[in-house]
Amino acid sequence: MSAATRLTGALATLAALPARVVEPLMHGLQKLLGIKRMPWVFLIPNLTAVLLFSLLPVFINIFYSVTGSDRLFPLDRPYVGAANYETLLDCRDYLDPSTCSRDLFWRALGNTLLFVPVQVAAMIGIALLTAICLNRDIRGRGFFRGIFFFPVMLSPVVVALTWQWILQRNGALNGLLTAIGLEPINWLVLPDAAFFWSVFVTVWAHMGFFTIILLAGLQSIPRDVYEAAKMDAASPWRVFTRITLPMLKPTLLVVFILCVIRSVQTFDELYVLTGGGPGSATILIVQFIYETGFAIQPRNFGLAAAASLLLGMVLLIFTLVQLRVARGRSYG
Amino acid sequence: MAELAARGGHGSVLRFLTRRRGRIRADWSDWATYIYLFLGVAIMFAPVLWVALSSFKTPANLAEFPPTFLPYATETVTVEGYDEPLPLFEVRTEDGGTRLLAQVRRVGLRAQMIDPADPEAGRIVVQVADAEPVRRVLFTFGNYARLLSTSGSELWLFVYNSLFITVAATIITLIMNSMAAFALSKYRFRGNTVALVAILMTLMIPPTVVLVPTYLIVAQFGLVGNLWGVILPTVATPTGVFLLRQYMLTIPDELIEAARMDHASEWRIYWRVVLPLSAPALAVVAIFSILSRWNDFLLPLVVLNRREVYTLQLALASFQDENQIHYDQLLAMTTLTALPLAFAFIFLQRYIASGIASTGIK
Repeated sequence: MSAATRLTGALATLAALPARVVEPLMHGLQKLLGIKRMPWVFLIPNLTAVLLFSLLPVFINIFYSVTGSDRLFPLDRPYVGAANYETLLDCRDYLDPSTCSRDLFWRALGNTLLFVPVQVAAMIGIALLTAICLNRDIRGRGFFRGIFFFPVMLSPVVVALTWQWILQRNGALNGLLTAIGLEPINWLVLPDAAFFWSVFVTVWAHMGFFTIILLAGLQSIPRDVYEAAKMDAASPWRVFTRITLPMLKPTLLVVFILCVIRSVQTFDELYVLTGGGPGSATILIVQFIYETGFAIQPRNFGLAAAASLLLGMVLLIFTLVQLRVARGRSYG
Repeated sequence: MAELAARGGHGSVLRFLTRRRGRIRADWSDWATYIYLFLGVAIMFAPVLWVALSSFKTPANLAEFPPTFLPYATETVTVEGYDEPLPLFEVRTEDGGTRLLAQVRRVGLRAQMIDPADPEAGRIVVQVADAEPVRRVLFTFGNYARLLSTSGSELWLFVYNSLFITVAATIITLIMNSMAAFALSKYRFRGNTVALVAILMTLMIPPTVVLVPTYLIVAQFGLVGNLWGVILPTVATPTGVFLLRQYMLTIPDELIEAARMDHASEWRIYWRVVLPLSAPALAVVAIFSILSRWNDFLLPLVVLNRREVYTLQLALASFQDENQIHYDQLLAMTTLTALPLAFAFIFLQRYIASGIASTGIK
């Protein structure tokens, strides 16, 4: 109960701030600086936070990636040149991760390269199908939309624990399997099964988010286009490929880019669901960054920064190429 | 508007197919849609329902395989002369019939039972193999009680930490973002494009990519292991600024001019005129902020390194790390963490949907 009182106390302090402190301060500032400079006064808190926690970190990251040792403070770290990148990329045989000096990085990279296309394809396919169904004239649309959206609001930890409870050896899924006469399977202990469920669970958790965007896109397609197709007696498949898909393309592009960016960064659910295991079967690149920089002692910030810069670079190139391709197509 | 159009029933391809065939209802495509949607409901909702139901099971019921759908417990009866309620068993008798007996104690393969209807008759010795426990659907709160008794005070601390982070971060986000949005929408000044681009550029920087330097900056402020260490890095959301700015652009400038005529200061105009008018957009930003702060995992995992500052999410994840998983308490805690927020947001779903559709960002 003390938690509640402490919280209300903190809230009361916060609520009293604007009237008592901020307003006189802002009046004074306006007198001092004049109206012309007031927009900057309004901007400065946000800009400071943006600079400090978004733009500055990018540069510090670059600095980290070319320095070594386990010291946190940048100026304490000796310059090592491209050594971190060399360590990451050093392999005798690039087709066999176990010959690399950081085999975990290559396994994480390989898993991510398999995970992202499979997950994105499944996610967009299912989200599109769901959006098309929800866009129809059916009863209980609000109910269905709510149910499909529901998992988006659950925390990743809750999602992972929920599915762990279902997939465990004596879980509900194995209960269903034995009920129809099949052998129970230890889902999260078999590498391929664990990988499948990693994709499944992340699609389950985030599909509703993309469904909502696609549904908005579908609803913005004007009705008279369909009316015209009706006049021409076009087949439904033709209507779908010639009208719905082309008119949905801008939305699909946004969904695709967002989906890839978020898919590459998958961490929370899998960290709790499989922990990257069994072995290294479901470890993805962000988990490698987390383990290298924070979980495994000594902390190797340089290596983690190098890996995250490589990740950032890949994301940037991907986004630019995708936008360029889309623009080329729409002009062409 | 778009929604109204679709409600009219002309928006969908398959619907159009129905019309062309001259049939209005119950086309095969309608059936397919309903089958798909109901299958979807089962897959989307059943897992969560399953966990919530499981959290009301007794430990014995949880250990069963195959698991039961609803929580079951052995029925008990209070018998005269015994303080504790006794478990009820259905016992096969030698003549092939069955009778209901309450078990007093069990020794090896035999059990001493008593007839609850006739306690004076004395104890009856029964082979365990002949006795089946009488079970019925029973929601027990034992898991919740055990959770509260083993980690009760700690649990309140986690709730406090999560609430504090969520509330403080959301209030600061709303104020800071709306101030920036006000400046970027209601003033013409040199550098406003640069400022807007600088803020929106951060959309391109995924938080996981700058995890290490964010940790460094938090550490330089001495905020590792401090709740403010996860609040401050998350408050300047580019999408919040963008959404609020777009909304504030629709507020007529005449209102602001009128307020200036009345000698209102710029802060007063922002606080008393623009902010109240932006309430719908603020609500959307608030909902997103609350959701993402409450569910945040990676940054707290890195910054909050002591158990006393754990959020609910970290505590929940650490529960599962411990050598022996106490599924009974884990289920109770999962349900407690998930349900309040999920139910609150079922009602706010419409706002969330409109927010996602207009910004494309959670």
